[in-house]
Amino acid sequence: MSIYLDNSATTRPAPSVVRAVEEALTVQYGNPSSAHRLGVAARRLLDESRTRVALLLGVSPEEIVFTSGATEANNLAILGVARAARALPLSSYDDRERKEREGKAAGAESRPHLITTAVEHPSVLEPFRRLEDEGWEVTYVAVDRQGQLDLAALSRALKPETVLLSTMWVNNETGVVHPLQGIREVLIQFEKTQGRRPLWHVDAVQALGKLPVSPRELGIDLLSLSGHKMHGPKGVGALYVRRTVRLQPLVWGGGQERGLRSGTENLPGIAGLGVACQEARERLAADPEASYLRRLRSLLWDGIRESIPGARLHGPGPDTGAVAPHILNVGFPGTRGEVLVRYLSERGVHVATGSACHSRRPEPSHVLGAMGLRPDEIQASLRFSLSWENTEAEIREAVAILREVVAEVRSLTGWKGRDD
Amino acid sequence: MERQGRLSLDGVTILIRYGEIALKGKNRPQFEGRLQQAVERALTRAGVPLGPGRVRRAYGRLVVELAPGYEPGSPTLGRAIRALSRVFGVVSFSPAVRLPLDLEDPIPAIARAALALLKSTVPGASGSDTAALAAARTFKVEARRPFKQFPLNSLEINQQVGAALLRQGIGMRVDVHQPDVVVGVEVRQEGIYVSTEEIPGPGGLPVGVSGRAVLLLSGGIDSPVAGWMSMRRGVELIGLHFHSYPFTSEEARRKAEDLGRVLARYGDGSFVLRVCPFTELQKAIQRYVPEELRITIMRRMMFRIAERIAAAEGALAIVTGENVGQVASQTLESLGVIEAVTRLPVLRPLAMFDKMETVARAREIGTFDISVRPYEDCCTIFTPVHPKTRPRLEEAEAAERAMEQEVDVEALLSAAVAGTDRQELEPLPE
Repeated sequence: MSIYLDNSATTRPAPSVVRAVEEALTVQYGNPSSAHRLGVAARRLLDESRTRVALLLGVSPEEIVFTSGATEANNLAILGVARAARALPLSSYDDRERKEREGKAAGAESRPHLITTAVEHPSVLEPFRRLEDEGWEVTYVAVDRQGQLDLAALSRALKPETVLLSTMWVNNETGVVHPLQGIREVLIQFEKTQGRRPLWHVDAVQALGKLPVSPRELGIDLLSLSGHKMHGPKGVGALYVRRTVRLQPLVWGGGQERGLRSGTENLPGIAGLGVACQEARERLAADPEASYLRRLRSLLWDGIRESIPGARLHGPGPDTGAVAPHILNVGFPGTRGEVLVRYLSERGVHVATGSACHSRRPEPSHVLGAMGLRPDEIQASLRFSLSWENTEAEIREAVAILREVVAEVRSLTGWKGRDD
Repeated sequence: MERQGRLSLDGVTILIRYGEIALKGKNRPQFEGRLQQAVERALTRAGVPLGPGRVRRAYGRLVVELAPGYEPGSPTLGRAIRALSRVFGVVSFSPAVRLPLDLEDPIPAIARAALALLKSTVPGASGSDTAALAAARTFKVEARRPFKQFPLNSLEINQQVGAALLRQGIGMRVDVHQPDVVVGVEVRQEGIYVSTEEIPGPGGLPVGVSGRAVLLLSGGIDSPVAGWMSMRRGVELIGLHFHSYPFTSEEARRKAEDLGRVLARYGDGSFVLRVCPFTELQKAIQRYVPEELRITIMRRMMFRIAERIAAAEGALAIVTGENVGQVASQTLESLGVIEAVTRLPVLRPLAMFDKMETVARAREIGTFDISVRPYEDCCTIFTPVHPKTRPRLEEAEAAERAMEQEVDVEALLSAAVAGTDRQELEPLPE
């Protein structure tokens, strides 16, 4: 028996995806840049896949840039915008450096500025840290105890020289949905008074296929997505780049992907991603609220709440709409998350502590930390993430096993149900 | 004339000196045999092709004959040097060129061989460029002539080879008192050995000559160092790791395996690791032993298991990384109460080390980076807040009797021993 509840780490590729990947490896193996028939067939598959991704986002195919995954898409968006801005002649940054050297008061308002949040994925946070090393100022906007973004703080952080704002859509550890509509209003307000606004990048990896994602309606300029988080293959992702946005590429070469991502296209991956996007679109068309996932999630949380004393939900309540349909983060005081993960896995239930990238590191999750949780609370938490492939029977079974495992571990730690 | 500029050499060899084992009277042939075997294995493992003579014993030394075709300075020789520098029992060794005895004019040949060796060992000196040799370098020739039929005596060899080297215009000066380089010339029945450097080995005794012991290998910094030190004293090790899955992770087990694979580099080419499933005992201790005595009882259970594994493996002692006073459970009182469960000698090579010394040694032998991987070998669930630092034997025994009222400890011990895995680990690639 295997109950896979770690779909935010990765998902099982859909059979149709596997077929598309295999076909691209065996039939359409030409280089999309070649002029012969094989090349033309590969080019057609590439265009088709691009259209499928574009349709899911409601954007134009020419605004889609394929990458090696969401990490590269996030890096390209953040470093690409910053470096393109800095490549402008007489950039304000160089000006500031000169002023500082000359010992004059360095106008803090002229220092180029970026904004992100404290709860982003490392593939967003790390490029920002890199830019800090290069002299940029970065503001990390805080979240509250529920993990929700502080819009007032965001509004205060905006400055005339802010070049880029990057916010995730759905947090990968807690499932919190950031209030993109609210962010949009903050940006509109800012533009009214300042006459301009920063570019806006959204890491939508955990939202794709679960929430309706429409960057145009929200005025999003750049948006990242990943194949393997939505039943596509690993090693492929995409960045939506609104038509007029200028980016400096990270990879230079033959000029593929409008010059933004050189290198022969990963056609098997791209074909798989295209099919995954098409399936996600069809599923959302049939169930726009992802109510199937929401039902499973409620079933899971209700089961835990009713059968495991002391279990604590990390994040907003499941029915508030401020939370994605497929992620549930729960604390089990008197346990250790990593011990539970291994115990559960022995019994066929696969879940995570924090995010997969975190669970191999000793540091406790920065996301739960930003929500004000103590280290012992963080270490005692599990993340469940669901997919369309899970069933109600699986959820019930998982709850029953979880109840036994938590009780077993607590019998060893001597937890008596005190609420410390 | 066609040999001009080339060495008319018989072969490149390595002379290996071993001190301690030569002293050991009746056991000497056995020790020499072990060392010979260890050297040959280490070289074979390092991919060093040996010549037909392979590794021979001769006049209190080992002579390694490399496959023909190697010149001084070849990468193969470098690999051989790295491999030999970790064979226990090797005190020092010298790459040497062997020339045939029947050369018509031996002196220039000896000088050419010495020059070739010098060029291969002095950084920057290669080809015809001898400037690097000249930079602040002095030498002397030190000849020995056990083969008395050779027409020149040692003194004559010293003078003539020295003069020949000076004639080559290498720019080095003679200094008989404190030379930078000693050009060694040994005239023996099978040929003339020329060498220019003596490389220190790790010393100690060949692994295996002192018998076998069980090493408690946790995954921390100390136990692999304790293991290495035992191996250097000729002890062949059986590693024993206690695994409390799912309270500890697969990565913690892999740490112990990788540490074993590093130790395998110093042994006979493999390292036996026994992995004992400790979860049930750990849980029983957690449930039925008062918190402050849990560490003491846990260690006593581990030693009991180690004794049984030792019996099965023909091992004569238990080696641990314990250290006096390093942590609360390693007071003299604790050590005494813990080892009271076994009649085997408990060897603690690090007993009196400072942590800094252990860390330095761990870095040297290549285990440190593995030991500090962030996977716990004991889950914090089982780490008591206030362990007893000075337990008394009666207390521990009383706690175990109380535990036996609740659970069949002997059954748990037997199950743990029976479930202990046995793996033969290959050396970790470098």
